[in-house]
Amino acid sequence: MITIFGVPSAALFGQLLLGLINGSFYAILSLGLAVIFGLLNIINFAHGALYMMGAFVAWMLLNYLGIGYWWALILAPVIVGGVGILIERNYIAPLSFSDQRQSFVLIGATAIGFLVLSFGFSLSATLAFVGAAVIGVAAASIYAWKRPSQSSTVHVDHLYGLLLTFGLALIIQGLFRNQYGVSGLPYGIPPQLAGGQQIRLFDAPIMFMPNYRAWVIVASLIVCLATWFMIEKTKLGAYLRAATENPTLVSAFGVNVPLMITLTYGFGVALAAFAGVLAAPIYSVNPNMGADLIIVVFAVVVIGGMGSILGSIVTGFTLGLVEGFTKVFYPEASSTVIFVIMVLVLLVKPAGLFGRAS
Amino acid sequence: MTGRTMLAAVALATLMAGSAEAQISVKLGVLNDRSGVYSDIGGEGSVLAARMAVEDARAQKIIGDDIKVEVIAADHQNKPDVGSNIARQWYDQDGVDVILDVPTSSVALAINQITREKNKVFLNSGAATSDLTGTQCSPNTVHWTYDMVQLANVTGGAMVRQGGDTWYFLTADYAFGHALERDTAAVVQKNGGKILGSVKTPFPSNDFSSFLLQAQASKAKVIGLANAGGDTVNSIKQAAEFGITQGGQNLAGMLVFVNDVKALGLKTAQGLVFSETFYWDENDQTRAWSKRFGERLNNRMPNMTNAGVYSSVIHYLKAVAAEKSKDPQKVLARMKAMPTEDALFGKGSVRADGRKMHDAFLLEVKKPEESKGDWDVAKILAKVPADQVFRPLSESNCPLVKKS
Repeated sequence: MITIFGVPSAALFGQLLLGLINGSFYAILSLGLAVIFGLLNIINFAHGALYMMGAFVAWMLLNYLGIGYWWALILAPVIVGGVGILIERNYIAPLSFSDQRQSFVLIGATAIGFLVLSFGFSLSATLAFVGAAVIGVAAASIYAWKRPSQSSTVHVDHLYGLLLTFGLALIIQGLFRNQYGVSGLPYGIPPQLAGGQQIRLFDAPIMFMPNYRAWVIVASLIVCLATWFMIEKTKLGAYLRAATENPTLVSAFGVNVPLMITLTYGFGVALAAFAGVLAAPIYSVNPNMGADLIIVVFAVVVIGGMGSILGSIVTGFTLGLVEGFTKVFYPEASSTVIFVIMVLVLLVKPAGLFGRAS
Repeated sequence: MTGRTMLAAVALATLMAGSAEAQISVKLGVLNDRSGVYSDIGGEGSVLAARMAVEDARAQKIIGDDIKVEVIAADHQNKPDVGSNIARQWYDQDGVDVILDVPTSSVALAINQITREKNKVFLNSGAATSDLTGTQCSPNTVHWTYDMVQLANVTGGAMVRQGGDTWYFLTADYAFGHALERDTAAVVQKNGGKILGSVKTPFPSNDFSSFLLQAQASKAKVIGLANAGGDTVNSIKQAAEFGITQGGQNLAGMLVFVNDVKALGLKTAQGLVFSETFYWDENDQTRAWSKRFGERLNNRMPNMTNAGVYSSVIHYLKAVAAEKSKDPQKVLARMKAMPTEDALFGKGSVRADGRKMHDAFLLEVKKPEESKGDWDVAKILAKVPADQVFRPLSESNCPLVKKS
């Protein structure tokens, strides 16, 4: 058998295939980040927490309602996307409002709700907090109802959005940790995709390929390409891209830019939740699963170029391959190799491989 | 009301009699991970265990009304510097006498030093490093629940005896993983096994499939998992996915807690062999205690770390009551002189090097159809006597042990 640097070539192909699977997760997650950054100019640090939430919602659907994997694949992104929309409307959008009264209503109602629920009804801290967040969001929505929607098209400094979403990520993780602990929860592979195939190349067995992993590659490729097509080739996508360039002008043409922004955030978050459901059967479902992954995903986005759709997809898969390669030849470096590449790319092309220099 | 009046009367009577013994008030500090990766292993469970020990000691008249005990807790975040700061503050300002639990070996070794320096008492339950009773041993430290030598002896020894004589390691790439691999490899080789290789995996890792395929290609009969927590869960989950165990290779989890098995689910984890020094379903006494524990903590069952905290507090309070003093050296000497006995670990002893001696279990994860309840996850394959699992004093490298 042919060997490459002392490693049998068949084994190497197997490892590269595995790298491609990890790349699928990087691609979907970084795609969501890129979409959100492109339009909202927000570095969404809550992305990892929402990815984790996707996996947990899949677990809850199964254990509380008996709803299996395939429905969860649709429902979890919808539910988490809905949470994302509420987050955008009530926490992120007000960052660029000139009038902060809605935020005061939100904070006041949340605080009062928490006190009432935890002392009046003696609920556990987690439940009281979730309940209070719902009350706060409801109160703020009622307050904002039928008021002229404020322009949220002013681009605020990245730092505010970053800090806000980072705080949200810590809160979401903390809530899940309080309720479910850190060890994790079991979630099985759907029976239709159990088992696997022995892959052969010229009659030499390369590796055992679990059906589920093959499905992960297919599903993520479909989702990535569909998103790329929608943003680059459709009329809706054209509006989105135009709003990124010049929101004031686009809204002058009668396009509801704030609504579009909200839905975009919801969509980006739904992508994260989709990745979370895909990950649930193969990775440990625990409150820290997003925090571990998100740093790598941010590196992928930076390498691909902030906000570049195609860049994040291509870099996601490519870096998965590079990582897979490293795991064969020098496993100790496999968690650092992506950051080494990030440094090199930033030195040569500060805007990233696919980014446009501004 | 009557109880309180009686108490007052007794207090008054003893005062008037003039022979009142001085009150001793003891403060116990549970220092562990309360929010991070090891918070299910120690965390609130260990705090509850310490509180239950104090309540039981009072109910069983191990301590009388002349001994007051307070339990406090803090989060060391698995960082030696954070842990050290809390320990100094506790010892210097808050009047803490004993520090309990302390998982994460690096933090435990730091607390070990500080406790010795301040002449207090350190009863460790959560850490794995066998250096606590080896090169770094201290007269002020007792290492209660388990250690790496024991894990390696029980799990490693059992696997080799069952015919798993060729090994390949998946090793978490930090001090803990390296030490665990080293100790296990020594046991495997001593029992006539062979080490075919190992791969160092970055810590923490999400995806182990690549490393598992390398282990598969080695054709070793046993794949040893020298890792912990989420890494262990991920590697076992993915080994099942890639059909490693169906292919005839066995997994050996070197450090697996019942919480990890619960996280994996029986379907994935079935057949996995691991070692603990306490299992909640061992006998009527452990079941009764675990039930009380679960009622106060989300129906969770205790793991060996929680149980170790309970057991160590009971023994400490016995020694304080016997000495009628909380002087660290007197109490520690008494703890080592007195045999240990409690509902969870049965009879045992504390050795000169600070090693608490008790039997260890070899456990196997049940098949889903064998399980009768949520937490009914494992069956006991063997109970290995203490002198066969811990490092014998004759091989000790602890300076406190006098070589004859």
